Amino acid sequence: MLKLKSVKTFVIASAVSLAAATGALAFPDKSIEYIIPFGPGGESDISARFQQPFFKDKFGQDLVVSYKPGGGGAVGWAQLNSMTADGYTIMGVNLPHIVIQPAQKDVGYTTDDITTFYMFHYTPDAIVVTADSPYQSLDDLIADAKANPGSVTMSGSGKATANHLAQIRFDKMADIKTTYVPFKGTGASTTANLGKQVKAQWGYTTVGAAQGDAVRMLAVAMEERHPLFPDVPTFKELGFDMVGGAYRGMAAPKDTPAEMIKALSDAFGAINADEAFRKQMLDGGFALLDVDSAGMADFMKARKDEYIQAATEAGLLN
Amino acid sequence: MGFEHLANALTLTNLALALFGVVAGTVIGSIPGLSATMAVAVLVPITFSMAPASALILLGAIYTGAIYGGAYSAILLNTPGTPSAIGTTFDGYPMAKRGDGDLAVAIACYASVFGGMIGALALLLLAPPLSSVALAFGPVEYLWLSIFGLSLIASLSTGNVLKGLAGGALGMLLSCVGVAEISADIRLTFGVSTMIGGIEVVGALIGLYCIPVLIDLVATPERHLKVEQGVRAVRFREAALIAWRSRLNLLRSSVIGTVIGILPGAGGSVAGLVAYSEAKRTARPDQKFGDGEPDGIMATESANNATVGGGFIPTLVLGIPGTPPDAVILGALLVQGVRTGPTLFDGGGSIVYTFIFGLFIATILMLPTGLLIGRYAYKTIVTIPKTILVPAVGFMTIIGTFAIRNSISDVIIMIVLGSVGWVLSRFGFAASPIVLGLILGPIAEQGFVQAWIIGDATGNLTGMFFGRPISLAIIAFTILSLVYPIIQGRRAKRILATQANSND
Repeated sequence: MLKLKSVKTFVIASAVSLAAATGALAFPDKSIEYIIPFGPGGESDISARFQQPFFKDKFGQDLVVSYKPGGGGAVGWAQLNSMTADGYTIMGVNLPHIVIQPAQKDVGYTTDDITTFYMFHYTPDAIVVTADSPYQSLDDLIADAKANPGSVTMSGSGKATANHLAQIRFDKMADIKTTYVPFKGTGASTTANLGKQVKAQWGYTTVGAAQGDAVRMLAVAMEERHPLFPDVPTFKELGFDMVGGAYRGMAAPKDTPAEMIKALSDAFGAINADEAFRKQMLDGGFALLDVDSAGMADFMKARKDEYIQAATEAGLLN
Repeated sequence: MGFEHLANALTLTNLALALFGVVAGTVIGSIPGLSATMAVAVLVPITFSMAPASALILLGAIYTGAIYGGAYSAILLNTPGTPSAIGTTFDGYPMAKRGDGDLAVAIACYASVFGGMIGALALLLLAPPLSSVALAFGPVEYLWLSIFGLSLIASLSTGNVLKGLAGGALGMLLSCVGVAEISADIRLTFGVSTMIGGIEVVGALIGLYCIPVLIDLVATPERHLKVEQGVRAVRFREAALIAWRSRLNLLRSSVIGTVIGILPGAGGSVAGLVAYSEAKRTARPDQKFGDGEPDGIMATESANNATVGGGFIPTLVLGIPGTPPDAVILGALLVQGVRTGPTLFDGGGSIVYTFIFGLFIATILMLPTGLLIGRYAYKTIVTIPKTILVPAVGFMTIIGTFAIRNSISDVIIMIVLGSVGWVLSRFGFAASPIVLGLILGPIAEQGFVQAWIIGDATGNLTGMFFGRPISLAIIAFTILSLVYPIIQGRRAKRILATQANSND
């Protein structure tokens, strides 16, 4: 506790000096409404809850989390640009959702409508099997899938989602055919895997963190191994160029003044820089990411190309 | 799970939190639209500064209180305050109409406390072994379970099965609107982008149940509920006697509630409906379910409160939320730095056991507070003049529907559905089959699609759908509950030449 406090004081001090240096002392002078376009309890909600106390500590104002679920997030994103654009209303954004949804059908917004100002973490894709699964390594799974095309069933959260795109990309890279079974959310997909309704799961490192010894991850889609799982290889080590997962960040209505966007980006950057916050996120199995408002355009373009290509090849976009 | 955990739970802070939670939960739950999930989500930030066990006790108390509170509006306004209380309207509202509203509220309180205790007991003693139930249920089992729930339509609409089935089909069709849960297809939006979010279940509940009541209130000169003349003794004792006589029903419904609470894909509404269906099937011939039968209230209310304890089993043992409010609580625990899973019971057991005892205390506290608040709610609804009651309830339905996801289109959908529901009810189509279809349709669809994909991939479709023991047991129960009303009906017809047609 003591340690945490000293970290906090340090961070507050540095934040204050930062604010003084940029002359933006006035921001934020009231609470910020943080809308999650999903229901409570999911990864988007949980990671926003992680940010909540740190925001209050650093900036003295509340980050008020509210929910606007519907249409897999589409209902919220379609309304974002009609909300008050004063920098005090922000919304969580998710990738690949905001790329795939408008590419599939008219959902009331386009990818470029969303002014994302910070991407703060991602949940890296991972193949998860139960502790007593016959698949000891990724090779075992590939061998089984090669011997019995289509019979390796893998659960995942939803269709045309990060899990689904990962399955499509990996099948192509490994030249195998697996069967993807979409479930309603990661919780249901994990339940199906633990209950042996499927042979493996396309999940995230967060599943490994939550399930502990009950599961084994065969590989994770990160540049380097996740600090929480030093024994789990990356896909890259095993010869598959797969890095990614579900990315989460925050966006503001498009008419929000540029200096407000900058201030918001800096504020959430400061939270991401907090060691206590980083530790909490890593312990939960998340992987941190720092894409600020300046670097957003390049980041989005790269993701967009990648997703559209995978989805087109899989025939998800017609 | 020693004495020290009980002592930990009994500290003044925790007792105060449990009391506050139960009272706040009961009040929130009684307002249609403000669900248990929302009550818990709103209070999560407050718990950040608390010790993990205290935070859990507060959230658990609110949750259990809200599930009970849903019974008030179900009984007194024919509108389930939470989806879990749908089945409570079947007999609760007829009871209130004939002047037994106070009795119904008291019975609901006893049943909720009993169910809550059974659920908490299962959580305390059997959590790790029972958690395997959550894993034994695959897609096919959910498919058959929802079909079993849908079979209730047949027995709910005695003498009017065709209209009941049509209502159920309409409900299932309505559940298809918007982005499909697992296939991500956009269906039946007719190009209107506000329809992408689909039809919100709670909003639909409010519309289908509450709007017709409001219209009838305005359209008829009679009082809302019949009031007995003269001063009557409080009917706590009478209610207790009725509850005692139905102890078997209470026990069976609580066990059903606990087990269904464990299933992550089901929840309080399904538990209440299944328990109701079973209570009806095993009823004595003189009991008239759907016509103000106390056993109907007891079945749903004990079952839905048992899902609280049951739902915490997979939440705490497997880290998989059993019900939507559990998902929020799980998130709050993560922020607190508490890791769920089997190790929580072994290593960090102290938090868990303190919490479980806290849940017991909250459930017991529900008895006095529930009876008190219930009496007050009953008196208010009965004595308040119509000119105040109608606008007040009307206002609440709008606020409640809006609050679910801050959406004005949900309010419009609610009012349209309600008006359509009122017209349909004039033609003998009841609201309940529509609601059953709306809630169970998506569960059935997901189960079917997933089972089909898996069965197809493994080359064993028949075995997938008809070769699994749990599935077969559920199928057997479904057939039983479908055939039983027919046999019962024939027997009743033989006894009575005329039979009252009840369809709601």
